[in-house]
Amino acid sequence: MTDDGRIKNDPYLLEVDGLDVTYHSQGRALAALQDVTITARPGEIIGIVGESGCGKSTLSAALLGLLPPNGEVTGGRALYQGRDLFTLGPEERRRLRGTEISMVFQDPLTSLNPTLTIGSQMLDVLRAHSPARADRAEARRRIVEMLERVGIPDPAARLRSYPHEFSGGQRQRIMIAMALLLEPALLIADEVTSALDVTLEAQILQLLCDLRDERGTTILFITHDLGVVAQICDRVVVMYAGRTVEEAEVTELFDRPLHPYTEALLASVPSRRRRGSELPTIPGRVPSLAELPEGCAFANRCAHAEPCCGEQRPRYVEVTGQRVRCHLYDPESGHANLRQPSAATTGRKEQP
Amino acid sequence: MTNDHDRPDAIVSVRGLRTHYVDRQWWFQRLRGRQPAAVRAVDGVDLDIRRGEVVCLVGESGSGKTTLGRAILRLAPATHGQIFFEGRDITGLRGAEFRRLRPKMQMIFQDPHGSLSPRLRVSDLLTEPYRIHDVPADQRYSVAELLEMVELSATLAEKYPHELSGGQARRIGIARALSLHPDFLVADEPTAGLDVSAAAKILSLMRSLRASHGLTYLVITHNLRIVDYLADRLAVMYLGRVAEIGPAEQVLDAPAHPYTRALLDSVSEPDPHRRQGRRRLLLPGEIPSPKNPPSGCSFHPRCRFAEAVCREVPPLAEVDSRHLASCHLSSKIRAAGTPV
Repeated sequence: MTDDGRIKNDPYLLEVDGLDVTYHSQGRALAALQDVTITARPGEIIGIVGESGCGKSTLSAALLGLLPPNGEVTGGRALYQGRDLFTLGPEERRRLRGTEISMVFQDPLTSLNPTLTIGSQMLDVLRAHSPARADRAEARRRIVEMLERVGIPDPAARLRSYPHEFSGGQRQRIMIAMALLLEPALLIADEVTSALDVTLEAQILQLLCDLRDERGTTILFITHDLGVVAQICDRVVVMYAGRTVEEAEVTELFDRPLHPYTEALLASVPSRRRRGSELPTIPGRVPSLAELPEGCAFANRCAHAEPCCGEQRPRYVEVTGQRVRCHLYDPESGHANLRQPSAATTGRKEQP
Repeated sequence: MTNDHDRPDAIVSVRGLRTHYVDRQWWFQRLRGRQPAAVRAVDGVDLDIRRGEVVCLVGESGSGKTTLGRAILRLAPATHGQIFFEGRDITGLRGAEFRRLRPKMQMIFQDPHGSLSPRLRVSDLLTEPYRIHDVPADQRYSVAELLEMVELSATLAEKYPHELSGGQARRIGIARALSLHPDFLVADEPTAGLDVSAAAKILSLMRSLRASHGLTYLVITHNLRIVDYLADRLAVMYLGRVAEIGPAEQVLDAPAHPYTRALLDSVSEPDPHRRQGRRRLLLPGEIPSPKNPPSGCSFHPRCRFAEAVCREVPPLAEVDSRHLASCHLSSKIRAAGTPV
């Protein structure tokens, strides 16, 4: 793990501030992301959690400039090393992808070209982005080195293998190798372990942690698995219906979830403690983008909802080092049962 | 073997079950003077499931857990061995006799959308089993009753599968399985692909249905958190064989097989406090091909405890009451400390 003291004083590598993304569909404007705020310092692993449809993948597409034609950034900014990604021209964006910001997708089989060997696909990555390094022997050496680093046995010989000749875990390793080939400062990992067995998942998570420690790569780790988040992330951002609802250090989030949605999400993880009893579940379902309410998007499923929750959009307020978008914690919201969280009352254990 | 064999209360018993898939080109191999290779998906399993029990079957993909579950329901061939249902040998049962048995043992399929016909409405999907089995009207549940059983709104009856969410489609699959008053259900990865809260709802539903319908479950999963919540007994499979079996809490707390230990260590712990200071033993490599399993103990190439004795195939032997493991060094593994 990275030393907290150092990390806190570093400038942000990525600063997403009030990001809005709108999809245009059948004459309607659907707010896929609203007021999304995320910051990442160099070398941090930031978990982005939420259920399907919460906008996790739209967020990564927006950051990479890969939104579908009907998607549009309608507000906010995303500063990468101080430069706003959304004001860059297409050529600058393209240059940034791969060399500075890179992505690993969930399904390695559909992201790799089945008709090309692994070696030639990786060579393409190097060629597309760095003509200066086009020297074939040098490129090959770098590819072999990277494949070896991610744990592909006998990499030199396997350059001529096709994607289908690798197992699922190996393909995911190859995707990671390809994403790191140009040594990006920011890696977006979208559900990279969801399709893997626990044993392979543990290996891949270990690999990502090691790579972060070696190279200081910042990782945005998108997942719906809270266990995985606890395993590797330094900080966590919880998303719900296209909005960031809570942000906290990982131990804080698990000890002291503030947002009722985070609480419910943590409680619904099956475990022995819950054996023989019903698992707490969240009533209802995530509202579709077409039916988002005026106020808090979680209000219709929330046990603490009051009239103000349905009417006004909650602000993203800071509470003892965490940030939460909920009227319960905003003294100005007019919620009747304001919460005053303090570390002492929640039985939080001290960190060594 | 003294597990729970030949117990009168076993609803399902499996003896020496093997499912070997022979290469389609076996004759070609023969012509070339080679022994045709078989994929040994299930390679000699003994298992008893008692009435009312929840047995979980875990292992990595390729361990044979799904094939075993399907073979018990006769959805996959049994090339050797026997399957007993309520004391009766059903291994070779065919035709009308087999059809009479089918309603009692049902499967909840892994891919809910793939197992529902896209051209039928929910109401037709739910009554389809009745048409197939020609169930008299007085023994049928109504569509509304079935939907209520799985806690779905009656308004879904007129919908098509593509209009359902993953969790809803999964419930329709459960309702279809329940429609024929089964005694025994095999659930293949019942929460795969579902969000945390949808998965929690399915697990709670399975738990309450077990009580209300007197069900016995075989749950196939790779998620050990589900095992911790749901299972009475746990069987761990590796390369077509049972590596370890026993009461779930006992196996999880004091695993006697290094493979079980490694699986437990691989689980990402959602509680950061429990995680800290825990030594994780990560399993190197991947599961070998069941076409050509390693000699001796099939786990030895990945096992950090392996010794010379592991060249011999270990028997499935008792390590504690009702707790069996297939490892020469099981006492050493248990002494090496428990995970978490």
